[in-house]
Amino acid sequence: MALSEAEITPQRYLQAQTRWHPSEIAFWLATLLPYVLFPNYLALASQIAIAALFALSLDLILGYAGIVSLGHAAFFGIGAYTAGLVSKHGWGEPLTGLAIAALAAGIVGYATSFVICRFRHLALIMLTLGFGLLLGELANSAGWLTGGMDGLQGIHMWKLGGYFHFDLFGKTAYSYALAILFVLFLFARRLIHSPFGLTLRGIRENFVRMPAIGAPSHSHIRTIYTIAAAIAGIAGALLAQTTETVSLDSLGFERSAEVVVILVLGGPGKLYGGLVGAMVFMVARDRFSGIEPQYWYFWIGILLVGVVLFLPNGILGGIMHLTSRWRRS
Amino acid sequence: MRGPALSTRGLAKSFGSLVVARDIAIELPRGVRYALIGPNGAGKTTLINLMTGMLRSDAGRIFLDDEDITQLAPEQRVRRGLVRTYQINSLFPHLTALESVTLAVCERRRVAGTWWRQLAAYREEIGEAYEILSALTLGPVCHRPTRELAYGQQRLLEIALALATRPKVLLLDEPAAGVPREESKELFAAIAGLSREITVLFIEHDMDIVFRFATRVIVMVGGRVLVEGPPQEVAADPQVRAVYFGKAMGKSDGLRRESVP
Repeated sequence: MALSEAEITPQRYLQAQTRWHPSEIAFWLATLLPYVLFPNYLALASQIAIAALFALSLDLILGYAGIVSLGHAAFFGIGAYTAGLVSKHGWGEPLTGLAIAALAAGIVGYATSFVICRFRHLALIMLTLGFGLLLGELANSAGWLTGGMDGLQGIHMWKLGGYFHFDLFGKTAYSYALAILFVLFLFARRLIHSPFGLTLRGIRENFVRMPAIGAPSHSHIRTIYTIAAAIAGIAGALLAQTTETVSLDSLGFERSAEVVVILVLGGPGKLYGGLVGAMVFMVARDRFSGIEPQYWYFWIGILLVGVVLFLPNGILGGIMHLTSRWRRS
Repeated sequence: MRGPALSTRGLAKSFGSLVVARDIAIELPRGVRYALIGPNGAGKTTLINLMTGMLRSDAGRIFLDDEDITQLAPEQRVRRGLVRTYQINSLFPHLTALESVTLAVCERRRVAGTWWRQLAAYREEIGEAYEILSALTLGPVCHRPTRELAYGQQRLLEIALALATRPKVLLLDEPAAGVPREESKELFAAIAGLSREITVLFIEHDMDIVFRFATRVIVMVGGRVLVEGPPQEVAADPQVRAVYFGKAMGKSDGLRRESVP
């Protein structure tokens, strides 16, 4: 191994690390399987894709930059309500709805990032939690706008691209959510393999050292926080558009906690962790809630404890560990 | 003639009633190798923290190349060429050595914020990082994660990170702390081999090394500068001798050598 490292230039070595791995291509091909294998579960599949996108946005700040958030659903909710309101007030075109939702979530993300970038660890958890609760109560009290406890009704989406209507079986919904997930995944992948991606990992690894190499960490954190907020907003908008309803739980504490659980299950800082975690979590929830409608969180709890105890780097980390051991032997 | 590379005037800092720096006025001429010595708790690291902006001073001014930098944030001082290393390794455990130094080079070249181009496309930046590592004998291990490097190699990586910012003034806080004596000579040989364009100030307890590598010495005691001058003069100074021999000091603080080569 040392020999081959010495032979190639450092530039080539870094280049090789960004290349698409065959397992990545296999993963994305596998996302098409639901059309064939589970045509009756496409609605669930689209929910998974949305949860995966939401988890991906959290991975950018938590997994890469080490910014812990327990209030990330705030941006998901802003996106969902924005997309819902845009449609309710007469503009049902899905893609522009997404863009407007991303903009709204991004603006709020940018505004809060000025506070976020100055804190770490426990203080950050409390701050994001506080922001999340604050926004949840605002949405609750502004019933004239959001519909309050009853949720936002009267959303009607136009046909996607003027041709595909959102059907009952979720075929359009899944294709739409999957396509958006894939495009934004490509964006995230590009980002983490860029100099900025390296900067984020530097912030995660040693926040205090960054100023000593001349890095304006605060401005870097503001950038990624804004980007993550916008992507979370798109995820929320997708949920609003595909289900044609928005309820208060779209920005509640439970959803913030859930997305952290999804990312930790899958494995943070690996780009695919949120995607794998979303599949496992959503399928497990669907199965468990079918078996025991009241106590399904019990099983989710067992799953979480088991993963954290035995797979400290998440399910994906465990798989990567196994394959590297298998390759060595 | 140009003024000093770095100077301070009336620098002061206290934590409550504890005064850690009082009226510190020093001038570091260009290209000089300065040793900063003094007993534990004399305020040596505090002085570095004040100069680099990691601590805010209560009073006084700091000048880099005659420019007043007292109000600048730490990263802005780094960008102007005032750079430090840490006494205790402060690195990026899961980044490789090459990634760490490339990160510092990218920050200096103001490309660390670009997300739309692949890192591997920045061939010059990566090449420069690799050169810095090679010059410090870290080339062969540049793809190892930092946490897997030997301790001495991590000390070298501290210096590599500082060099990647192209410093004018380099402040080294006990660069050889925790390194075996033989290796610390090699480490200082690497420091001595740095360009004469760089002004170096290092904190060091081993007097052998101080006398071998420093062109001038500053002695600090109790938050004040006691004496400043060439090594021979400092060693012969009665005040310095009183500080080092008058009280019982740790053995690392003792002046081991009296004659100077």
